[in-house]
Amino acid sequence: MSDYEQSTIQGVLIDEHLRLTLIELGRACDADTQHLIDLVDEGILTPRGDDPSTVYFDGQALLRARKALRLQRDLELETAATALVLELLDELERLRELLRRSDHLAR
Amino acid sequence: MEFKDYYATLGVERSATQEEIKRSYRKLARKFHPDVSKEPDAEERFKAVAEAYKALGDPERRAAYDSVGSGHQGNQEFHPPPGWDSGFEFSGADAGFGGEQSEFFESLFGRHAGAGRRAQAPQHANGADHHAKVRISLADSYRGATRSITLQVPQADAAGHLTLQSRQLEVNIPKGIRDGQHLRLAGQGSPGTGRGMAGDLYLEIAFAPDPHFRVEGRDVYLDLPVAPWEAALGAAMAVATPDGSVELRVPPASSPGRKLRLKGKGLPGNPSGDLYAVLSIALPPADTDAAKAAYAELAKACGSFDPRHSMKEAPGV
Repeated sequence: MSDYEQSTIQGVLIDEHLRLTLIELGRACDADTQHLIDLVDEGILTPRGDDPSTVYFDGQALLRARKALRLQRDLELETAATALVLELLDELERLRELLRRSDHLAR
Repeated sequence: MEFKDYYATLGVERSATQEEIKRSYRKLARKFHPDVSKEPDAEERFKAVAEAYKALGDPERRAAYDSVGSGHQGNQEFHPPPGWDSGFEFSGADAGFGGEQSEFFESLFGRHAGAGRRAQAPQHANGADHHAKVRISLADSYRGATRSITLQVPQADAAGHLTLQSRQLEVNIPKGIRDGQHLRLAGQGSPGTGRGMAGDLYLEIAFAPDPHFRVEGRDVYLDLPVAPWEAALGAAMAVATPDGSVELRVPPASSPGRKLRLKGKGLPGNPSGDLYAVLSIALPPADTDAAKAAYAELAKACGSFDPRHSMKEAPGV
């Protein structure tokens, strides 16, 4: 630890208003576009926009894609298994939230 | 530098087969992967397991580790023999949770020895993304905030030695940010090599648990205890919100669980969320003669009130 550098930074909020093309999404995830298309085909990622020329991904898709890629790499999962894991994790999170809520009411 | 016993980390014998090492890694990875596990130290545990697997999962690297590692125990002081690694070339790109290695790993296999091995180090590679979690209070989201974040970035000095440089960033936390949202700070990750671009820094926002408020999306809930007469007769009261006090009117004949909405008083945004006060009824203790008499009066006045009315209609009771 030595140098200190001070600067103020404005981040980009990754939300539903963020729009990324397939290429940009690939860069943000450090993944090639074919890999991302596989995730779309498996239903892990849902592109938005009406016709193919204006298709885009939002911030949720970025987080989703990164999570899917981490799970695939670290747990050595195939795409279909990754989709299942993500769905089960969503369900788990929903149940945890319900539990938190009922704990809160019971207090 | 401490010697790391990768066999102990994976919980396998030194004589384990590659298949056993892989099986043990997968089992531990499923248990501690930060996307799956809610254990507070999951990320640390997973990184240790991933590093051990990176070293032992590759037979060539494992042989190298065994040759320097024989006779060492975990946590012992360790110095790699000079020039021992000539003849090995490890390189590759990696990212994500398993992407950072310990000093020990890098002294054995080189700094860029990731999971994916390539014959040659890429001339132009994008820098790795970094992740950090920032804990903020609910009030920070209501008002916006600035957070100071300290990052440790490995950097080679003039002599080629790696040192950890610490870099401090002042980050603006925008008003109305929600729990679990991410901020992307472009170019604040690891620097790229050659013409590669620097990685990004992702900040995940986590709300510190609040004793009074609960957040769902943009809406904020609070439990509001009221006295029986306030619920029955109606009352006006001052209620503390994360952004100051507001005047709230409890309508007459309110029952517990009733949600009173304060429009636009949730997390700010476009549109702003709402604040809901959820009524609960607190009973005053009957600990004085006057209070006991008042309860008795109430019983007399509400003679036909039966709180177990619905239970009598239940079948089988």
